[in-house]
Amino acid sequence: MFHSSRLSHWIAAAAATAANGFTQASTPPDLLSAYTAQSGVTAQPVRGQELFTTRHGREWSCSSCHGAVPVQPGKHAATGKAIGAMAPAVNAERFADAAKTEKWFRRNCNDVLGRECTSSEKADVLSWLLSLKP
Amino acid sequence: MKYNRNLIAAIWTAVGALWFGQAALADDDVRIVTVPVLPKYKAECGACHTAYSPGLLPAATWRHVMGNLTHHFGADASLDAATAQELLVWLTKYSTVDRRVREEPPQDRITRSPWFLRAHDEISTATWSSAAVRRAGNCAACHPRAEQGDFNERSARIPR
Repeated sequence: MFHSSRLSHWIAAAAATAANGFTQASTPPDLLSAYTAQSGVTAQPVRGQELFTTRHGREWSCSSCHGAVPVQPGKHAATGKAIGAMAPAVNAERFADAAKTEKWFRRNCNDVLGRECTSSEKADVLSWLLSLKP
Repeated sequence: MKYNRNLIAAIWTAVGALWFGQAALADDDVRIVTVPVLPKYKAECGACHTAYSPGLLPAATWRHVMGNLTHHFGADASLDAATAQELLVWLTKYSTVDRRVREEPPQDRITRSPWFLRAHDEISTATWSSAAVRRAGNCAACHPRAEQGDFNERSARIPR
């Protein structure tokens, strides 16, 4: 027998999943599917590489910290702190946690672009990073 | 009354020790209390820079920093509200007890604090900008236990 509080929690979780699209995602391909589904557009690695490696009117590009081809560790452009490689083929921790991925997209897109990245942009970038081999 | 020579000698020794000990203390460093680094703080805040130990700043500065994470020294370091609150509680709990450190530093920067500048006044510009150190905020370059708040001069080593 469901208690009413548990039922409401279940409904809230289902609604959040539906709205979010990827709270269950835990692998890079799952995340890519979720972003692609959200955007309604096929992901394009070439566009992702373009977005990643160019500056968008501000001081930093993504590559400023992560490198032009992030199969190597990067380095924070201001502090010099080492940053693990972004390519999932090289670093199994990358894009394995939806909340962590969203947090860093939120911050870093704001730094690089001055706004949130769209789902299509996230899909493009992730599809490119997934294409990178060591 | 019978004088105990040993007792008198002991008393004068104690007075002497206090006198000279006090003179040594007059040139002391600020008091930074060591505290084990909170794992969540290390994960969230140590990702881009040294996880600065809470005793390095007054509570007011920690509150200011944690309330402005979207504009965090030129970058967006924003956190969800629950995590930010949890970290703020820990930071303010272990914030400085030292009267001098309690002065809020310019621009919220530890490295612009008068006490920091005094403590490092023998470090050359060449050392600060060397490849191994790079900048004053890179505490761990010379202080291996910086993230625990241990800046004991005896364990500090300037890297070549």
